[in-house]
Amino acid sequence: MSSFWVYFAAKPLWWIIVTIATFLFTSWLNRRVGGTPLLHPVLVALSLIIVLLQLTGTDYNTYFEGAQFIHFLLGPATVALAVPLYDHFERVKKMLLPLLIACSCGAVTAALSVIAVAWLLGASEATLLSLAPKSVTSPIAIGIAEKIGGYPSLAAGLVLITGAIGCLVAPPLFRWLKIEDDAVKGFTLGLSAHGFGTAFAFEFSTLAGAFAGLAMGLTGLLTAFIVPVLVRLLGL
Amino acid sequence: MLAGLLLLLVCQLLGEWIVLAAGLPVPGPVMGMVLLLAGLIAHGKVPATIRTPAEGLLRHLALLFVPAGVGLMVHAELIAAEWLVILTSLVVSTVVTVLVTALVLKRLTRNLDLGARGDKS
Repeated sequence: MSSFWVYFAAKPLWWIIVTIATFLFTSWLNRRVGGTPLLHPVLVALSLIIVLLQLTGTDYNTYFEGAQFIHFLLGPATVALAVPLYDHFERVKKMLLPLLIACSCGAVTAALSVIAVAWLLGASEATLLSLAPKSVTSPIAIGIAEKIGGYPSLAAGLVLITGAIGCLVAPPLFRWLKIEDDAVKGFTLGLSAHGFGTAFAFEFSTLAGAFAGLAMGLTGLLTAFIVPVLVRLLGL
Repeated sequence: MLAGLLLLLVCQLLGEWIVLAAGLPVPGPVMGMVLLLAGLIAHGKVPATIRTPAEGLLRHLALLFVPAGVGLMVHAELIAAEWLVILTSLVVSTVVTVLVTALVLKRLTRNLDLGARGDKS
């Protein structure tokens, strides 16, 4: 049995199959329970895979040798966001100035509020600096954390947790604020929960998805400039 | 379909080059998205060969975050030490960010004529 396992575990193919099969299962499960974001397919899938890796004593690098082929597709998928964005370009043009203003307000709020709350609760400085870029998509967050002295790898993880929290808290907040425009919903999701939020926004409509993708790109750009300046102003 | 997939990858590659050459803080794929958008605007429509792979990838966007998400296991100890602080600040900050962004955008777009609300196109 153990030699059987070693043979399969050494093949990158195995972890691709595990990742896709687990995700299919958790998507099915999520539909069965009525699509609650508490059992978000991504969150459940990654929890199950972490448990499986720990049960089989597999380290993350081994897993990633297979899973990197799925991870790689994030690049072309990000480029592909241009298609829904083009489809809704007329809306984007009409809303350009409000979008830029909302993006600046949102990006400053995201960075400032997380630093303020964590500082009040007595977080260590490295945690504080790793939290600052949490609303940006992972590759940008890693660069920012490096620049200001946080842990880049932790920052990448916190970005994912933020994404999940965003998908959880946004729908009830939208109902409370009576937000009915899918463009506003999508933009807010993309700004506060980056790629996670964008994937989630596509479940509302392609319009929401297009605006989420736009927000993700804009926020990344703005945060990369704002956070280092904020950190210096706060004397961290 | 295949030509479209190639084009997505070429845009990404060009994006990575531009970011590297200009020392920009943006990831290459985001620059690639800007390049493709500029190309689509110049062309005036989305060719079917690009639409098929693009919509296929975007339909399964959530799956693509799973491998990076599993990476959280590497930081189990760090997170265990300060999890309450981390979680509280992330939740509070995310709620505030959603509120600010949604309210600002809703207020600023209130008077714009945008046609049908929340259309499912």
